[in-house]
Amino acid sequence: MSDEGTTSPQAATKEWPKIRTVGVDGMLVSFGDRLSEPANRAALAFRAALDRATPEGVEETSTSLISAYVRFDPVHRDHAGLRADLDTLLQDRDWYAADLPQGRREWRIPTVFGTDLAPQLDEAAAAAGMTPDEAIASISDTVVRVQTIGFAPGQPYLGELGPDWDIPRQKALTKRIPEGALAVAIRQLVLFSVSTPTGWRHIGQTGFRLFRPDAETPFVLRPGDAVRFEPVSPERLQAMKDDPDGGARAKDLT
Amino acid sequence: MNRALIVHRAGPGLTLQDRGRPGYMGFGLSPGGAADRLALAEGAALLGQDNGLAALEMAGTGGEFEATSDLRIALTGAQMRAAIDGTRIAWHASHALPAGARLTIGGAEMGSYGYLHVGGGFAGPERLGSRSVHVSSGLGSAVGSDTRLEIGEDTAPTEVNRLLPVEPRFEGGTVRVVPSLQTDFFDADQIKRFETTGFTRGAHGSRMGVRLDFQGDGFHSDAGLSVLSEVVVPGDIQITGDGAPFVLLGECQTTGGYPRIASVLPCDLPKVVQATPGTALRFRFVSLNDAVEAERRAAAHRRGLRSALTPLVRDPHDIRNLLAYQLISGATAGRELEET
Repeated sequence: MSDEGTTSPQAATKEWPKIRTVGVDGMLVSFGDRLSEPANRAALAFRAALDRATPEGVEETSTSLISAYVRFDPVHRDHAGLRADLDTLLQDRDWYAADLPQGRREWRIPTVFGTDLAPQLDEAAAAAGMTPDEAIASISDTVVRVQTIGFAPGQPYLGELGPDWDIPRQKALTKRIPEGALAVAIRQLVLFSVSTPTGWRHIGQTGFRLFRPDAETPFVLRPGDAVRFEPVSPERLQAMKDDPDGGARAKDLT
Repeated sequence: MNRALIVHRAGPGLTLQDRGRPGYMGFGLSPGGAADRLALAEGAALLGQDNGLAALEMAGTGGEFEATSDLRIALTGAQMRAAIDGTRIAWHASHALPAGARLTIGGAEMGSYGYLHVGGGFAGPERLGSRSVHVSSGLGSAVGSDTRLEIGEDTAPTEVNRLLPVEPRFEGGTVRVVPSLQTDFFDADQIKRFETTGFTRGAHGSRMGVRLDFQGDGFHSDAGLSVLSEVVVPGDIQITGDGAPFVLLGECQTTGGYPRIASVLPCDLPKVVQATPGTALRFRFVSLNDAVEAERRAAAHRRGLRSALTPLVRDPHDIRNLLAYQLISGATAGRELEET
């Protein structure tokens, strides 16, 4: 599977894109109701265009998997006015056909698959109908892309994995997954930036610190970045424990 | 000049907080900041200083403090038992704290989060533009016992003994909400039941959010639990897997897959924040226009706080009588101190 994904093209319909309000001071421009490569690219490109256009009253923007979010000051800019600005920008072009963001990089992140560092590899492999070795090969051969950063600081959602990996989240939460954990569900990977409870299955462990509040670049990964998780031994990972990158290397793509 | 507050004894939930870090949603970092934002503005008004300065947020209980030089302090938010060298002092008020005097702040008598403000604000390095501790992302850490908190220069060092009439928000009540992006995942019956149900603030709560308890069946959306993760903002009320509502606060996650039935008006969020476990809460939908108007009025109220200050009567005889009164009643609003 390539970096550019294999999802069939999606285009604007009567229903999408759709503008909805978020609380009192937010609006969300959504490009679909399920994750697809074009909808994800549309959200990223639309947010970048919003940041360039800076409509009056806008205080912050972000993206989710398939939406661009705008926070604004509703006391000084009414909802109707901002909605009109967003509508106008939507008419500008076919956002589903947008390119990936500029300044993307490709990361290779050393990862220990399985062992007691990542105890749910066997279970996740079985759910995907693979042996543990097949699962390691399947994940580590796939170049995944950062689809969004969210939930916790600097934390990427990566995809899309092949259809075998359309496995559900666990019903019962894992009490605490460690920082740097690689987890899988619903054809996506999450690399955890903080220790937290989760329903995703823990299949790999990295030493990559995604959130560095005192560094010049506090948030390391960006939406659009390509990532490969390279299998290493627990000993290799242990030897790199003082490196905040955990041995990860990046090269520029665009 | 060496201005600091020595923390001799710290309650378990002491953190420095200011207005937080808006602007990092796209990096997965929620804004955080003072849980009761109005209390932050009230402290700034009492001390006549910028409301961006950091204060000490105290969850449930305070601690024991000593100033290294003469300081001004203000106490806002959840009313706690406070005394300087054993003499009870009024809450929602500003006071002089002389060098060497002991300030003790006990448990909350009403509400959850109290605030200790100092003239000049707490100093120390900013991280990502704020001094707020963001507990859930490990950004900074709680203030422990036997620590020293540096303090900035005080620009109005003589203004003390002011009292502020307080916006009631410590005993629950009705909280206004607006429909949000996923409200229509819930059918009319669910929405109606949500509006007519008497909730209580659950036992579990943190700066990330509070769970609501109630009698009857859990709430559920037509979309079930297969909703794609979407943007989450503080104030959102998500319905978790077991059907219980959970009001998300400043340190919430930035995206989430649980459907959200409504979103609390920012100006009503302090009511949820300050509710203690068991406190009754109800929710009422208002239109977006009414919500914006409520925010406009709340902003005007914050701007007008300075002109609402009154002198604090500091006759020690009165203070002692008040102390006796409070021991009997267990709780009093700040206003009663002013009227006695």
